[in-house]
Amino acid sequence: MRYERPDTINDATALLADAQAKSFILAGGTDLLVRMQSDEFAAELIVDIKSIPGMGDITQTDDGFVIGAAVPAAALSEHNALCAAWPGVVEAANLIGSTQIQGRCTMVGNLCNASPAADSVPALVAANARVRIAGPSGTREADVVDIPTGPGSTSLEKGEFVEAIVLPNADGKTGDAYLRFIPRTEMDIAVVGVGVTLTLNEDDTVASARIALGAVGPKVMLVEDAAAALVGNALTDAALEAMGAACSAAASPIDDKRGTVAFRKQVVGVLARRAAQTAYTRAGGK
Amino acid sequence: MSSIAVSTTINDDDVEFLCQPDETLLDVLRNRLGLMGAKEGCGTGDCGACSTIMDGRVVCSCLVLGAEAQGKTIETIEGMANGSELHPLQTKFIEHAALQCGVCTPGFLMAAKALLDTNPNPTETEIRFWLAGNLCRCTGYDKIVRAVQDAAAEMRGEPA
Amino acid sequence: MSFDAAYQSKTFKSVGTRPNRPDGVDKVTGRARYGADFNMPGQLVARVLRSPHAHARIKGIDTSKAEAVKGVKAIVTADDLPDLTDGDAALYAVLDNCMAREKALYDGHAVAAVAAIDEKAAKEALKLIEVDYEVLPHVVDVDAACAPDAPLLDESVFTQGVEPAPTKPSNVANRSEFGHGDVDAGFAKAEVVIERSYKTEQTHQGYIEPHACVASCNPDGTADLWVCTQGHFVYRQTCADLLGLEVSKLRVTSSEIGGGFGGKTHVWAEPVALALSRKANRPVKLVMSREEVFRASGPTSATSIDVKLGATKDGQITAGMATLRYTSGPYADMWAELGAMTSFACYDLENVKTVGLEVIVNRPKVAAYRAPSAPMAAFAVESAIDELAKEIGMDAVTLRLKNVAREGTKSSYGPVYGPIGIEATLRAAKDHPHMNAPLGENQGRGMACGFWFNFGGQTCTDLNINADGTVTLAVGTVDVGGSRASLSLIAAEELGIEYDDIKAVIADTATLGYNDMTDGSRGTFSTSMATISAARNAIEVMRQRASLMWDIPVEDIYWEDGHAHAAGSKHGNRTPLSVKEIAAEAGNTGGPIAGHSELVADGAGVSFATHICDLEVDPETGETRIKRYTVIQDAGKAVHPDYVEGQYQGGAAQGIGWALNEEYIYGEDGRLQNPGFLDYRIPVCSDLPMIDTQILEIPNPNHPYGVRGVGETSIVPPLAAIANAVSNAVDVRMTHIPISPPRILAALNEDTGN
Repeated sequence: MRYERPDTINDATALLADAQAKSFILAGGTDLLVRMQSDEFAAELIVDIKSIPGMGDITQTDDGFVIGAAVPAAALSEHNALCAAWPGVVEAANLIGSTQIQGRCTMVGNLCNASPAADSVPALVAANARVRIAGPSGTREADVVDIPTGPGSTSLEKGEFVEAIVLPNADGKTGDAYLRFIPRTEMDIAVVGVGVTLTLNEDDTVASARIALGAVGPKVMLVEDAAAALVGNALTDAALEAMGAACSAAASPIDDKRGTVAFRKQVVGVLARRAAQTAYTRAGGK
Repeated sequence: MSSIAVSTTINDDDVEFLCQPDETLLDVLRNRLGLMGAKEGCGTGDCGACSTIMDGRVVCSCLVLGAEAQGKTIETIEGMANGSELHPLQTKFIEHAALQCGVCTPGFLMAAKALLDTNPNPTETEIRFWLAGNLCRCTGYDKIVRAVQDAAAEMRGEPA
Repeated sequence: MSFDAAYQSKTFKSVGTRPNRPDGVDKVTGRARYGADFNMPGQLVARVLRSPHAHARIKGIDTSKAEAVKGVKAIVTADDLPDLTDGDAALYAVLDNCMAREKALYDGHAVAAVAAIDEKAAKEALKLIEVDYEVLPHVVDVDAACAPDAPLLDESVFTQGVEPAPTKPSNVANRSEFGHGDVDAGFAKAEVVIERSYKTEQTHQGYIEPHACVASCNPDGTADLWVCTQGHFVYRQTCADLLGLEVSKLRVTSSEIGGGFGGKTHVWAEPVALALSRKANRPVKLVMSREEVFRASGPTSATSIDVKLGATKDGQITAGMATLRYTSGPYADMWAELGAMTSFACYDLENVKTVGLEVIVNRPKVAAYRAPSAPMAAFAVESAIDELAKEIGMDAVTLRLKNVAREGTKSSYGPVYGPIGIEATLRAAKDHPHMNAPLGENQGRGMACGFWFNFGGQTCTDLNINADGTVTLAVGTVDVGGSRASLSLIAAEELGIEYDDIKAVIADTATLGYNDMTDGSRGTFSTSMATISAARNAIEVMRQRASLMWDIPVEDIYWEDGHAHAAGSKHGNRTPLSVKEIAAEAGNTGGPIAGHSELVADGAGVSFATHICDLEVDPETGETRIKRYTVIQDAGKAVHPDYVEGQYQGGAAQGIGWALNEEYIYGEDGRLQNPGFLDYRIPVCSDLPMIDTQILEIPNPNHPYGVRGVGETSIVPPLAAIANAVSNAVDVRMTHIPISPPRILAALNEDTGN
């Protein structure tokens, strides 16, 4: 196995494209190094992208925020403008692992590891985030929701890697929130995760909603029916009930060591209601 | 696999070492540099016993490659005391009986130091959540939290 | 000289104070050396190949390809550990558990091991060992294993303790029974009967330090073992027996130990490391991974327990009965027996009967875990007693006080109690401000009691007075949580000198007589007794030396406040001689001064605790958070109160984890699903509140200072205290531990018909 630390994106994509066998991107390493512990782990190449300029930067642009692939979660919470615009995204990223993990883990890693239970992913999908993807033939963009294709698999082509997350501006009366359920207060993988972004009309009725669920299916899911239950309405108990029910109905979880099907389907509705309430308040809804 | 040459700074000393590409910083510290204060309790970032401070952030050294230490500044438990003078956290851990078996203690001290370096007056809740990645199976955490609170007060110059 | 262990009331000078521990600086600077922190010249790295099957016959093992890997120096299988157990079934179980012989009996069971020059070569070799398995039907659940058609682990097991002897083999290895009176008559008198079934899942001690050792066998038959253990003398005996070594030639040194809680009382990998070293003729270091610790060291039992209580409406319990099924892993053991002994130990019952059934299953060999077997029994009985209190409309503490065991009570497991602390802990609970603090919405308060026997056992201690008058105390019980501090206090107290003048060390097996291990809460109890005895012997020597120095009869010299005093006026007004003064002259008065002690510490006073817990349940998610927790326990005499409190708090935290989230989760394939700290969820710092403690001191009549063991009892009440609190918070009675969010939400749904 080789360890390479290229200085440019082109060098990185070339290394990845040339690799004959399995290769991995190393940014925070909090998933990769756990996998490396396994006796079954085998790789030809590890490409550490942290020496590439921009990978560790959060840049505010006219259109929103560009968050480099190697920005650790802890740095997100230290960026005041980002916290003000997308508190739910930052909270979600800050729920990944411990303080020690926070100092290393990245949202891009969380996304590309492609765990259905990744905490930051439902929040990013709810925020309508996109990713910038570097590849041997140049750069392209894609929706975050389209990156994971199932547990452990992504839509990235050989030679490609995600270089940044692009978050839009939180225009108008917009608020977001992320909630997850874990048995303990920290250190667990989400049993259920819900990201909600709401934009309100001037009269505080919901103009648009994006509700994304984690850990209740093979990949993150955006629930249109849940959004539809809120759009056009004030955040009434009835609307919340309908939205939560839509989330429960959309969820297609499995029984595993972290939770049961029944538990996940029920709790996803509960958390969706609570997250929507928070997002609504953050959007300025009264 | 061929070895990688790494130059880094550990506890204010310039250190050079060779390591394998898949070797963790924890293994480098323990097996190559003789810095065995960091412990491997899990190897998967779940227990915090291997906590070290890298460029000001506390990390699990089991989840860092040795090669990544290139050009970094690393603090380990062996560098926490200033000569014969213990760090206030070290003193308070002893005084408060904040350790029983002690195997988690170096990791707790590193994590607590990183906390107090950034937040000199944390609440009990802030301490508890900051230290949630450091497992202790002996104490029930009570005396650890009290030791951190007391050390923080002393470092702020408050009378005991 | 005979040693009088009887309690004598006295005013203490050192005991009861809270000095800094002697190993503190080493442990806060990273200098303390644990199991994996030791290396030897030329040392090899060991790795173990483990069964991926819950139950499989091993038809053959081919190691030839693995042996060809460059850097591999030895490979061992069961063939390299021949059976020397000579009919000792318990020892055979240890041997078979260290390295599977005919069958792999659980997921993670060792089948082969490699020693190589580095990790990479060892890992490569593991992949090339070919094991031919015939996979067999498995059973992991305690109740399923008891079913008549269950897959059998061992065709030669017929339930013992049953008349007439059964004719068919069974997974129930043994039946034990305790009690007295006539339970049928007792239930006939009852106006209220509570009958319930409970279940608890398997938990692990969860010590942070994985098992680690360095073994070095020499061609001349001598060997060294550096190891993290709770009992190096016991490890020496077991390893010597299994490897055919002479006990005197195997020297075992205990490292600092990174937690044990009973899990480091049994050998797992040490005989394998020795066998590898013997075969390779090189030192071998073997460190388990965390995954191996979960899969292949010794967790506690999973249980299924039926309880029946009868009482009159005024709260008099007329009969108590329990049937307790405990898993022991794949080998017969005595865990259910301990559960059956402890279940009703807090109460004075006229009619009581408990039956323990040892159940073998395809899970790792069960090891002791802090008051082993008692927490599950207490969960069942203390839950049922709470239900009884509700049924008859009586306060939970009052009902317990009405039936509480006292001095003179015949215990449910046989002996008649001496002075005991259960009533005192209950009264302290009743009077505690916690009991009457207000509760919020969805919050509930629960309480429960717990009992543990405490053990004494064989103990040997050396106390050496150095030339400068300082004292080296060499003990053979491993310090798992501060006992060097406590024992130094004891030595200072008895000699009458300063705590700082004592240095306590843990001696290796070559330099001190045999000691039982640090278990059964015996470390401070028994070794303090031996330390007092050794100190008294040293004082005798110092009196003789003073008699030489003063040239007066030894009978005229008495010891007080760290000095030899001349009695009466006939010897003039002699200035008393200090330890330092006597020690300085030792070379001229007969040589080094020392006191030794070898004894069996009998009369470990039984221990009781009462816990109070407040918690809050989120009725929409089943999430439970502990809001307040109080431990009240009898210590006999708290030698170093900080570390007594630490034991109370640590045991409570482990019990809370057990109650709420910890469990071994097996898949349909019989493989462990959660062998790591990510999904085996022990409490983290943010899960817990401060844990309040109240130390009661009801002296143990069988210890000179009244000391009782304090290490274990604190894990016994939390399971029931939490179940009772949940019941009071949201009115569902949880009978299956852990009370995890999915279980609690399911119960809430059932309750509301959702």
